[in-house]
Amino acid sequence: MIAQLLMDGLIAGSMIGLGAVGITLTYSILRFANFAHGEMISWSAYFALSVSTALATSLSGLATPVGPFSFGWSLPLALVAGMALTGLLALIVDYILFARLRKRGASAIIMVMAGFGASLTLRSLLEFFFTSKPAYFTNALQIARPLFAGARATPDQLLSLVLAVSLVGVVHVILTRTAAGRAMRAVSENQALAGLAGIDVTKTIRLVWLFGSSLAAVAGVLAGVLVQIRPYMGHDLLLPLFAAAILGGIGSVPGAMLAGLIVGLAEAMCVNFIGAEWRAAVSFFILVAILLLRPQGLFGKAVA
Amino acid sequence: MIELVSYGAFFLTLALTYAIMCLGLNVQWGQTGLFNVGVAGFVGIGAYVSALLTTPDAPDRFGGFDLPIAVGWIVAAVAAALASAMLGALTLRLRADYLAIATFGFAVVVQLAVLNLQHLTGGPFGVSFIPRPFGSLAGDPLLFGLCNLGVVAAVTLAIYAALEHLTRSPWGRVLRAIREDEQAAAALGKNATLFRLQAFAVGGAIMGLAGAVQGHFIGYISPEGYMPILTFQVWAMLIVGGSGNNRGAIAGAILVWAFWAASGAVLAALVPADQQARASALKIVMIGVAICLVLLLRPRGLLGELKTVSRHVEKSDAQAKDSTL
Repeated sequence: MIAQLLMDGLIAGSMIGLGAVGITLTYSILRFANFAHGEMISWSAYFALSVSTALATSLSGLATPVGPFSFGWSLPLALVAGMALTGLLALIVDYILFARLRKRGASAIIMVMAGFGASLTLRSLLEFFFTSKPAYFTNALQIARPLFAGARATPDQLLSLVLAVSLVGVVHVILTRTAAGRAMRAVSENQALAGLAGIDVTKTIRLVWLFGSSLAAVAGVLAGVLVQIRPYMGHDLLLPLFAAAILGGIGSVPGAMLAGLIVGLAEAMCVNFIGAEWRAAVSFFILVAILLLRPQGLFGKAVA
Repeated sequence: MIELVSYGAFFLTLALTYAIMCLGLNVQWGQTGLFNVGVAGFVGIGAYVSALLTTPDAPDRFGGFDLPIAVGWIVAAVAAALASAMLGALTLRLRADYLAIATFGFAVVVQLAVLNLQHLTGGPFGVSFIPRPFGSLAGDPLLFGLCNLGVVAAVTLAIYAALEHLTRSPWGRVLRAIREDEQAAAALGKNATLFRLQAFAVGGAIMGLAGAVQGHFIGYISPEGYMPILTFQVWAMLIVGGSGNNRGAIAGAILVWAFWAASGAVLAALVPADQQARASALKIVMIGVAICLVLLLRPRGLLGELKTVSRHVEKSDAQAKDSTL
């Protein structure tokens, strides 16, 4: 019983963590809370759905399920395409909207508002194109297999959990061990100084968008595989994502993942002990608690 | 003819209730630079508090205290002010955009609470039989509509006058000083967090009052009335009208509401019934695009903020002009 609760929480939490890593990166490097991040998650799911449907209809061999999973090779291919398309979308939005405001020296709060407008536009466009009816990658049903201490999970769920956690490891290594990662951290510390030190700030900002949106794309596709695809899926994840990014400490990648797992576990507890109808409130109370007790988050640096 | 006038009165009354929300947001964003993404939550609190206090006793839920409408409105404003003060105290001392995230979450929680606390709020069925001002005149739609318009217009005007006065008062000057240069204001001994908190609470109170006024005008409230889309509409109204300008807030509210109502009517007439949901998604796209476009192209909105609001400055300018003639 408790083991199942842990399992459910960790699986939901791994998706929240992936999204929160994207939020925490854009937040610390571009210096504003991006309300449009949720829409990157939804758009990536629809991108991947379109690609995987097209692949599966043209090459039916790709649709046959691989091993114990519910999906065929069309899905991993669609995921890669989804990451690329979502990255492109993020760059376009940045070019049309955020870059112009940045150039004008707009304050963080104007950027937040622009993100808010972009989120509204992108989400309703999805609703226009695909309607609010939920969509699925496959209609195959999966049987949950017993794991340990009575906990059960489907192969899809386990794969998602492993993929999310290892991906965060990769991001952490890139940020701390490569030149591009060092450039990103330098821009996050001090944009002007990083520019003086010979770092191409514009290029680094583009890289951050690509990074954040690719992670959002993985989160979106995983959420689509495990739950369902809806135009509001990203919007509904936004509050848990922000709660996790702040709980983990803005700028901390491992912190965001860990906090995502914590938020997922807390939601699972709430569903079990209080009731599923209050699930969406959990993130708010975590947010309130963290702002009261430790505003810099678990792994963040204390800033005024 | 009579139908047209009573529809006009109905439309304008509803638009003015949005104008009141917009005035509240203008105190927070336009004057002080506080980004509130939870407008719907504060409006909802006001609407539900007033409805609970003024409806007749209901067997299936708590309360229905049958109090006068005015009491409901005042308590609604106080309740929304308290909620905003608490949320503000939590976030205003931290980073500026934490307030945005916290208000976003707050609106989600209010939405869940009105939906799930069924014995308090009626749950998904909402609260009906909310007393309407001049309810005894309901037999004469024209007179009833005009009287309601009068009341709502009077409330709007009173808030407008009070806010104009506040804008020109030392208090309003401090708010703008903090918005423009917090360190300079702090160096003059102004406690920025405290002033922000006050502005946030005043704005919240006005939104709560707007929710109560709207609930009493329609006579029925339900959780669907306080979805995030309400927040977006009020934001679009303020941005289009011109943030920082109280007249702009009112004009923006009437304009955006007219556009919203008209495009709704056009879509209903032109689009087949099974495509209505898709078409209304396009309406929201337009609001989002409008917010982004105004931010990019005309950050001041239609009526921007006035450069000088002090009558002393205006007076001395006029004198300077006189003396040069």
